[in-house]
Formats: sequence, structure tokens, C-alpha cells
Amino acid sequence: MRLAIASGKGGTGKTTLAVNLALKASGTMKTVLADLDVEEPNGSIFIGGETVDEKQVYRYTPAWNQKSCSLCGKCTSWCAYNALIKLGEIILVMPNLCHSCYACSELCPDGALPMEASPLGTIRHFSRGKLDFTESKLNIGLEQAAPLIKQSLNYLDENFKDHDLQILDSPPGTACSMMEAVRSADYVILVTEPTPFGLHDLKLAVETVRQLELPFAVVINRDGIGNDELDRYLKAEEIAVWARIPHQREIAELYSRGEILFDKVAAVDDALSDILQRLEGLS
Amino acid sequence: MKEIVILSGKGGTGKSSVCSALAHIKKDNILVADCDVDAADLHLIMAPENVPGVDFYSGIIAEIDAEKCIACGLCAQKCRFDAISLYEGKYRVEPLDCEGCAYCHYICPVEAIAIPQQNIGNYFQAESRLGFTLVHARLNIGAENSGKLVAKVKSIAKEQCKKEGKDFMLVDGSPGIGCPVISSLSGVDYVVLVTEATYSGLSDLERLWTLLDMFKLPGACIVNKADINPSVASEIRKFMQKKKIADLGDIPYSEDFPKAIAMGRTLIEENETRWRPVFEKIWKAIEEKI
Repeated sequence: MRLAIASGKGGTGKTTLAVNLALKASGTMKTVLADLDVEEPNGSIFIGGETVDEKQVYRYTPAWNQKSCSLCGKCTSWCAYNALIKLGEIILVMPNLCHSCYACSELCPDGALPMEASPLGTIRHFSRGKLDFTESKLNIGLEQAAPLIKQSLNYLDENFKDHDLQILDSPPGTACSMMEAVRSADYVILVTEPTPFGLHDLKLAVETVRQLELPFAVVINRDGIGNDELDRYLKAEEIAVWARIPHQREIAELYSRGEILFDKVAAVDDALSDILQRLEGLS
Repeated sequence: MKEIVILSGKGGTGKSSVCSALAHIKKDNILVADCDVDAADLHLIMAPENVPGVDFYSGIIAEIDAEKCIACGLCAQKCRFDAISLYEGKYRVEPLDCEGCAYCHYICPVEAIAIPQQNIGNYFQAESRLGFTLVHARLNIGAENSGKLVAKVKSIAKEQCKKEGKDFMLVDGSPGIGCPVISSLSGVDYVVLVTEATYSGLSDLERLWTLLDMFKLPGACIVNKADINPSVASEIRKFMQKKKIADLGDIPYSEDFPKAIAMGRTLIEENETRWRPVFEKIWKAIEEKI
């Protein structure tokens, strides 16, 4: 079972839910949690644990070979991302714009654009008790998160195929990186909060998972703030609410210190039990 | 005209609340651009007049003409994104997988693959209920090229700001440090960081600052929810001192933030006596820096 935890809006409690659910689940089943918020991963703050494995991840971008280049300039017209520019007698490659499609490299009549590996980020595998945890971190200054997310999912397939539960902590938003993170999931939990911002961004996330034809449910965090617009929407759309985590200052304080919640806050433990029971009902 | 961008690294630190409060303070001499294009929320507070969106095209997607396709399979073999597969004897493109590189278009021996431009979203320019102009956008679901839409919103906003003769353009950015954030940084004069007194807030601020430092951009920081964890707040302040990031002061944890959002108000409207002095002070500090 692969479960993605996502939300349109940032800061609704994706990581909080993901780390607590993963740790609790690991008590009864083989569980792996993957932090796929590769631009700003925070799961390790809460999980810590011992490093089991660390892997550099690379991507391939063209490198210009001046000696063999006849300066025909065709590569610059092929590249859909404007990652190649001809400046006088120089072909300038801008790796940040490159999507590693290989078109320029393989079509170049002179073979003057061999693909070379450049670092993309790291994947670290930690273990805490029975829980396996992977954290993927994009190198700062790189623009594209999706390729690292893709490689992280491959890493999960290679190393944790037999785990009962794989939990994916997704990046915020509804753009390509969020899509990449959730699309391979069997089920999606959307975390939201009962404010107009939370609702507005939830609607976008719902539209996204519906387009992907993925089954999903909602968990309401900070229940008690805002207004009842969210509940009315969920009812009208017949969207299942799996749990509500109450708005409590104590939770915010524990979160701020990077602490696990479910062993300290009964309401969180109850919410997680409800979610695990629902998950069991699916399989 | 000075362009100020508000960023946070982490989501949910209060970027948009701070942005709308600052915009309210300077409402007669400002233009606001919401560059969080895949989860734009400012319009919920600023309630701009209803105007039709303008379609925005960027990038392409491959389309195989089944009539022309001879099912040679070269496109599927060359596609690095596994976007092309055989379906009932013909090849076809899965649009969600296609990254629009056009490699297949160039190599198809029977020219069966077209590469139409993609509509990736809409943008809007409208007068907000507070009187200033708001430029905002809506990226289509799962769309690539969010950075291109951010750049479009910014260029429309900049032009309009000049036309109106306003001195300040305030940009609400995305969370993260990737494509839309990097795009929102182009041409800015000053960066205002909104973090929160949590270890996640600090960690995300550190990564964001490393990015800003690469572009040598000057910035200042606000610590929101500062009293939720005074010891992390002081760690954040230490980080700011070390990196020479100007301190714009603290904002205490307050229920006024979700309340104001729920009512579609700025914090100034939520509680004028409490918040006007706070944000006037912050704005004054920003103006002094730029």
C-alpha cells in the first residue's frame, strides 16, 4: 500500500501527519516514510534516527565539446527549454533550464554534446526503531524538483518493495512536483485546515487527484479555527473525512520543538488510530 | 519603483497574511502581485473586481496523429519520460508524462507528431477592494513551467505599477526554493522573509537564505509565532546575525491570523489598534533599508 499525504496549501500539517502516522504504523506493520518535499524537507527534524545509507543522485545534461562542434546551431533550435544558446563561436549550455531529454545530444550531427552527470541532490535512508525513513534533498539553486522525486520513488521500489505501508510526504502545491509525488500512490490523504485559504487550495488538490483518478480522503487539521465552509464543501462533494486534529496551542508548541505528538496528545493518537483503521479497511 | 518579494521557504508561516497587511498599510502607493501561482490565495482577502482571465501559453506537448502513425516505435524508444506507449496498435502520448521536449517530433520518420503550444494557466489584473491593483494567476493542475507564469505575472505587474506611478510593487512568493521561487527573484530590490519559531521554519529559512545568497540579494526577516518557542526564535535571530539578515521584529502567535482569513480581512481590519502599529513599524524598517 502506497499512501501519499498531500495538500494544496503549504503548512497545513502534511509532515506532522506523515511522521506521526508512520511512527505509529511502524509499531504494527513494516512501514517506510519518504519525505518528498525535496525543496524543503523537514521530516528528519522529527524522526532523526540512524543513517543507514546515503546516495548522491545525478541527472544528465549536455556538455559542449568545442573541438568536434561545427557550430551549425541546430541544437539551439531543437531545445524546447532554451537551455542552449549560440553566442558567436560558443555554444552555451544552461543546465538549470535543461530537462535531460537527450534530443540535442543524440541529434547533434557532430556528436559535440555528450551528456554528463551533474549532482541533483541526495537521498538518505534513516532508521528509527522499526521505521524506515528516506529523505530526499534537492541541491540549492536547482529549479526542478520532479526528477529527484522520480528517482526517490525508484529508490523506494528498489529497497522497500516488501513493506506493508509506504507513506509519501508530498511537496505543497498542485504543480508538477506534487503531481509526480502523488501519482504513483494507491491512496491519497489531503490535509487541510478550515480557513478560506485551506479550502481554496484543497479544492485545487481535489481537482488534481480526481484528474489522476486516485481515491482520496481528507484529514482536517487545526479543527476549530476558521469557519464551517470547509465542512459544507466536503459534505456537498461527498468527500470522506478520516480524522480531525484539534487546534491546540500545545500541538503547535510540540511541533515547534520537532517533537512527536501521538505519545503526548491523546487527540492526535485517536486521529491516527482512526486513519489506520480506515487504511486497514481498504486492503 | 522598488520591487519587494515576500518568501518563507516553509509553507504556512503567514506570508500571505503579512503581505496583505503590508499592502493595506501602503494601499495608496502600492501594487501587489501574487506569484504563488499554484496556490494563489491573496485574492480571497483582497477581493478584486471580477475580470476575465487571460490565457497563458508556455511550452508544448506532443500529439501523435494516429492516421499517420506507422507504429515504428522510434518515438517511444527515444522518449526519456516514458510518455509514449503502444495502445491498440498505435503509439500515443500520455500528456501528464510529456515534458514537451519535442524530441519525438523531430525524429518521427512520417511527421506524425505535432507539438501544439500548451495553455498552462490564466492571469488576472484587477482592482482590489482596497483600491490598489492586484495581479494574480492560476496555474493549471500539474502544469510544468510555473516559473514562466510567475515571470509573466511579474512583468504585467511591473508595467502596470509604472503606468500607475506607484512607488512599490509587493510580490507574494511560493513556498519552497525551486522553479517558481527562483523565477520570482528576478529583478527584485529587496526580499522579506517570513519564518516561524519552529525547527522546520529555521531549517527552511537556512536553505532559502543559501539560495538568496547565491543571487546576492539583500533581505530582512520577520519571525512569526515567535512566542510559540522562544528558544528557537533566538536560534533564528542568531542565524540572522551570522548571515547579516536585517531583523524586522517578531510577531506573536495569534488567533487573529486564521480569524482574519476566515473573515476575508487583512489583519489591519481584524484589529486595527493591535496590528496597524506592528505593520507600520515593519514597513518603515523595510523602506529605510531600500
